[in-house]
Formats: sequence, structure tokens, C-alpha cells
Amino acid sequence: MSTVAMEQRKRIHPHKFTLWVGMAGIVMMFAGLTSAYIVKRNQVNWIAFDLPAMFWYSTAIIVCSSITLYISNIAFKQREMAKYRSLVVTTLVLGIVFVVMQVIGFNQLWVNGITLTKNVSYSFLFVIVGLHALHVVGGLVALVVLFSKAFSSKVRNYNIVPLEVISTYWHFVDAIWIYLLFFLLLIR
Amino acid sequence: MSNTVALHEADVHGVHEVHHEHHHHETFISKYVFSQDHKMIARQFLITGMIWAIIGGFFSVLFRLQLGYPNSTFPWLEDILGHWAKGGKINPEFYYALVTMHGTILVFFVLTAGLSGTFANFLIPLQIGARDMASPMLNMLSYWFFFLASVIMFSSLFVQTGPASGGWTIYPPLSALGDASTGSKIGMDLWLVSMAMFIVSSLLGGLNYISTILNMRTKGMSMTRMPLTIWALFFTAVLGVLSFPVLLSGAILLLFDRNLGTSFFLSDIVVNGKILPNEGGSAILFQHLFWFLGHPEVYIILLPAMGMSSEILSVNSRKPIFGYMAMVGSLFAIAILAFLVWAHHMFVTGLNPFLGAFFVLLTLLIAVPSAIKVFNWLTTLWRANIRFTPAMLFAIGFVSLFISGGLTGIFLGNSALDIHLHDTYFVVAHFHIVMGVASFFGMFAGVYHWFPKMFGRFLNNTLAYIHFWVTIVGAYLIFWPMHYEGLAGMPRRYYDYSLWESFKMFGGLNEFISFVAMIVFATQLLFVFNFFYSIFKGRKVTSLNPWGANTLEWTTPLRPGHGNWPGEIPEVHRGAYDYGKDGREFIPQTEPVGENESHH
Repeated sequence: MSTVAMEQRKRIHPHKFTLWVGMAGIVMMFAGLTSAYIVKRNQVNWIAFDLPAMFWYSTAIIVCSSITLYISNIAFKQREMAKYRSLVVTTLVLGIVFVVMQVIGFNQLWVNGITLTKNVSYSFLFVIVGLHALHVVGGLVALVVLFSKAFSSKVRNYNIVPLEVISTYWHFVDAIWIYLLFFLLLIR
Repeated sequence: MSNTVALHEADVHGVHEVHHEHHHHETFISKYVFSQDHKMIARQFLITGMIWAIIGGFFSVLFRLQLGYPNSTFPWLEDILGHWAKGGKINPEFYYALVTMHGTILVFFVLTAGLSGTFANFLIPLQIGARDMASPMLNMLSYWFFFLASVIMFSSLFVQTGPASGGWTIYPPLSALGDASTGSKIGMDLWLVSMAMFIVSSLLGGLNYISTILNMRTKGMSMTRMPLTIWALFFTAVLGVLSFPVLLSGAILLLFDRNLGTSFFLSDIVVNGKILPNEGGSAILFQHLFWFLGHPEVYIILLPAMGMSSEILSVNSRKPIFGYMAMVGSLFAIAILAFLVWAHHMFVTGLNPFLGAFFVLLTLLIAVPSAIKVFNWLTTLWRANIRFTPAMLFAIGFVSLFISGGLTGIFLGNSALDIHLHDTYFVVAHFHIVMGVASFFGMFAGVYHWFPKMFGRFLNNTLAYIHFWVTIVGAYLIFWPMHYEGLAGMPRRYYDYSLWESFKMFGGLNEFISFVAMIVFATQLLFVFNFFYSIFKGRKVTSLNPWGANTLEWTTPLRPGHGNWPGEIPEVHRGAYDYGKDGREFIPQTEPVGENESHH
């Protein structure tokens, strides 16, 4: 994808800026869902329940993945490409583990009778957490692209913008998850 | 990137060579179909939007036939609509489908995608001095998602059970239960899928517009030197990016209710004598989520029209826009307030009256920035040397409609009055004038004004004047009487008023409205003819700056290639509104400020 008019570039790269605006949109979507959750919670028929322990483990995993990605950025800047590659792979694996753990968490809920349609409080959990997991999957797709580029031997590419864009997004979905976890814990 | 380079090299050879050079690199597909040139994408949005406008407008003619002539039959209707108009009379289910699709098409496909899609794409890079959008690829995707949304919505018109018919606001339970009505079946599914595509398109477009405006302005183009069109398109994009995701969240919950048996919006429902298991949901919750988008959506439609009208009024008044900073400030105020007034659509849903009072206050506050804008438009026109070009007439028409429709907004914003007026024709009249017709006028003004830049030719003026006068007179004749019907309590959305003792007396008036609506629709076809005829046969534009405007788009070649300027992007030295200054009719933005120049 070529950006015409690179000569006009100002403080921030347009792709990075576009990502920030996009993240504002995603925040609005989760804000919409969590507000709906709050409204519904104050009405009849709301059943409070405990989150599966798995969600705590998955939180640790996604935080680790953010850290590995952060270090990979530093490695990239210092041109330690071998280190960079291994860290990107680690992040990718941790990301996949996170999504799998969320699914296991869903399964634990399901086994304990907390199913999608039984009560609206259950439904909200599945929709909100599921939608977040989808956003993580989106980030994984981007990481796979980054991964394939990092291991391509033909092109030596030292453009840091794609890495920074993906990293920002990854930290963002991490932060969203932490917000959602505390939201779901505190407002039951 | 290669195009840009080509243009640089071609600079010395002048306009025609540039064009020649340009063709060299492109195939038909990459130039006209999967184009990444913002100007071509703009034209794609415009023409797709026009096709939708014809369809949506035609639907209104069909349901006005039913409303105006409830006791007549039209055998030709059966020929074109088949089982939806048995015996030449539109059946009630299809009537609701027509109303629903009319709203959906005009609100989203025409006045959002057709309006913002066209003018944000066309004007942002040209007026801020950029070679293209921040991401031409996302921009192209934005159009193709819109195209996909269009194809899906269009196909829903032909399914056995008909398109969605629960109203453009798709309130559950009609939208959530397949068995609720014929239009709640596959038509509703297609509606939701289509709108999901549409939201993606809007978001991709909006992201690009914001990034481009904030990051890619040419040298000297500070924010406060931007034309008001750009400010308006900027706030429009911000509103879209922040409000469409909330609609998306509502739509996701609706999809779960519809297909996976959840009960976000459903509770205690009996359909066809069968008690549904859904418990604990709230239909009102959906309304909150919907109107949190729905109200900003009104301004997504209106702000571009405001911006373009401001620009066109100033250019054709040969005067600076009155109160530039106040215009920007009022756009900002409207954009903020747009997020804080959604519950005024819900005064009669059992909303706590105390809470309602806040929404009344915030709603009426919108009158302040609106009044500032109207004042500034009028003072721009005051004692001006007005050139009554077709674009100017439509811009003035926009101001007129915005005043007329805005005033009735003050009535409706009062929760006490709204109890009487809610869901009557008064509301129909209000929003059609202030948002529907007014935005159309802004759009027409834009098309007439920028057509020479888009296609290198002029539209036919005689047809344009006929188009303007019939449309403005017609719009008032259609919607003015509806205020009286609404005040008398005539409800919206009914299929046949002749059966009601209280509303029988409006039979003649309804017939009159329907008759005028048909004439106005026919006149729009005249515009469509003028548009396509002029693309090929219109009078050719011979001067670079036919309207004597200050903005940057008129410094490009007659038919700019991808990259817009063959050489360096011009530098900007002043705001966009130096008209009638120091004895000069206009001073383009590219001209450096002279030593002895006055400060206005």
C-alpha cells in the first residue's frame, strides 16, 4: 500500500493516526455494550455469578504478550533481528494461547450451567468477552503477517511503522481486556 | 507512488501531457473500478448514491399513492409489483416495507454515503492540498464495502417475504422476531448484514477523512485557514467514527436475540398465540443504543450540507463568510451536543420526566449554535453582490429550509409538547424539512458547484433553475401542510386514514401532497438527466477557476490526474474567504499576503 504524498507527512504517520481514530471507535463500541450492561443490571432478572478462574490466567498471558511485543520493538530498533523474530513468534503464540484460554473459560461457564440464553447477564458476558476475543484474533492475523515478513529472507525491511501500528493495537486490546475484566468483576 | 512521480515529470509539459502520461499507467479496471484516486471514489459514491436516491424517492411516490388515493386502484402497480399490489392496490405489509426502505435508503445510502462519501472524498484532499487520502487503499475499500452493502440491500427488495418493514429504526421486537411480520423474516436478516457492511464502509471512510485532515494539510494550511467545508466534513467524520460503533454494538445484540435465542431486548412476548420463552430483556435498551447513533446520524447528514452551503454562499456573495471562527465553534458545539440529546427521541417511552428535563435543556441548547450559523449565513448575504448561480440558489434554499425545519425542532424538543406531537405528521414534516430536504439542497448545491471540477463540464443552467424552483416550492407544499395534520393529531405510519372519522377531513390535503410529491420526483429525474447528459455533452469548462473561488481545488489542472497537482503542492498563505478585500474581488489562498494588505 503506497501512501501518496509522503512529503507532507507531519508529526505522526498517517497510518498510526488512523489506528488511533479507529481505536476510539472500538472504545465506543465497548462503551456502548458496557453501558447497556449497566442499564440492564439495574433491572429485574439479573443474576450475578463468578468469573471462571481461567480469565485470570488468560489476563496474565495477554499482559506477557504485550511485554514480549514491547521488547521486540526495542530489538527491532537495535537491529537485533534474530531476537526480534523470536519475540514476535513468542507474542503470536501467547496471543493464540490467550484466545484458547478464553474459549476454555467459556466452556467452564457452560459446564456450570451459565449458558448463552439462560439469563441476560450470562448473554452479556458471552457477547462482550467474545467480541473482545474477535478483536484479539484480528490482532493475531496482523501478527501473522508481521511474522511472515520477519522471516522472509528476500526482503530486508527496516520500516518500523507496521510493527509500531500492530504493537499499538496489541497493547490496546490488552488494555481493553483489563478494563473488561475489572468491569465484569466490579459490576455484577 | 508511480503516478505521483509521473506527474512530477510531466509538470513541464502542461495539463494535456499530464493526462496522457497518466493514462499510460492505468487500465480501465484500475482507473474506473478499483480506483484508489479519491476523485474517482467520490464519483463512484455520487453515482451509487444517485441510483439509491431514485429508488428511495420512487418508493415515496408509491406509498404517497396509497396515502393520497386510498380508495383508488392502479392496475399498473400490479404489473410492476406483482403480489405486493394485487388488484392495483399496495398491500399493507408492502406499504410498511416501502416506508422502511425509503427511510433506510435515504438516511444511510443517500445522505450519509452519497453525501459524505462524495464530498469528503472529493474535497478533502483537493481543498487542504494533499495528493490523496492518508490511506487510498482503505478509501477504496470504503467504497467497495458500501457497494457490497448496496447489493445486499438491493437484493432484499426481491425476496419472497419482502424487505425489512419494521421502520428504519428497526426497533425490536419487530426486528428481533422472524415471526413478527413478513418483513421480519429474511428481509430483516439482509438489512442487518447490509448495514454491518455499511458501518464498516462508514468507519473506513471516516478514519481516513480525519487522518487526512489532521495530518496531510499542505504547507501554510493551518486549521484556522481551512475552508468551512473541511471543518464540517471533519466533524461529520468524528461523529460517524464515534457513533456508528455504538449502533454496531446494538446490532450485534439484536443479531444474538434474532438468531441465538438471547433476550437482550425481548421479554414477555406472545406471537400468534404462542408465548415466547424470552425473559428479562428491554426493548427500550435498544432504543437507547439506536438513538445514541441515530441522533448524531442526523448531524452526519446535516453538517456536510452546512459546510458546503457556507462555502458556496461566500463564494457567490463575493464576501467573506461572516464570523468564520463562530462558524467553526458552532459546528463544534453542534457536534458535542449531538451526543447528548438522543433521549429526546424517547420522551414518551416512560423515560423519567426528571431525566427528560435534562434532555430538553440540552436539545434546546442546539438552537444556540444553529442560530449563530443562520445569523452568519444571513449576514454573509447581507448587502452582497449575489450571483444567483444554481449552486447559490440551492445554498440559499438550504438556509431557508434549515430555518423552517429548525423552528419546529424547538416545539418538538419540549417534552411536554412532544407528548402531543410525538409520532404525528408534525414530526414527519420537521425532520424531512430540516434534515432530509435541507441536506439534499446542500448536496445539490455541492453538485452544481463542483461539477465543473468533477467532470470538466458545466451542468445545463436552464434545467438547473427549473430543478431548483420546482423543488423548493414543491418541498414546502409537501411538508408545510403536514404540520397542520400533525397538530391535529394525525399519526405517522398508518396505511389508510380514510377509515378514521377524525382524519377523514385530510383526504383532500393528502391527495394534494401526493400529487406535488410526484411532480417533485419527476423534477429530480430532470436533474438526473441533466447530470448524465452534461458529463458527456455539457458546456466545457475553459477557465481554471470558473467561480472565482479562493480554495485550492481551483488551482489544479482542468482535469487533475491522480496526485492532483502536476508539480509541487501549492503553499497556502491566507484563509479561504478573502473576498472583496482591498478593492479586489477575490484573493486565492495561494497568494502571499502583501505588505500593505489590510486585515479586513
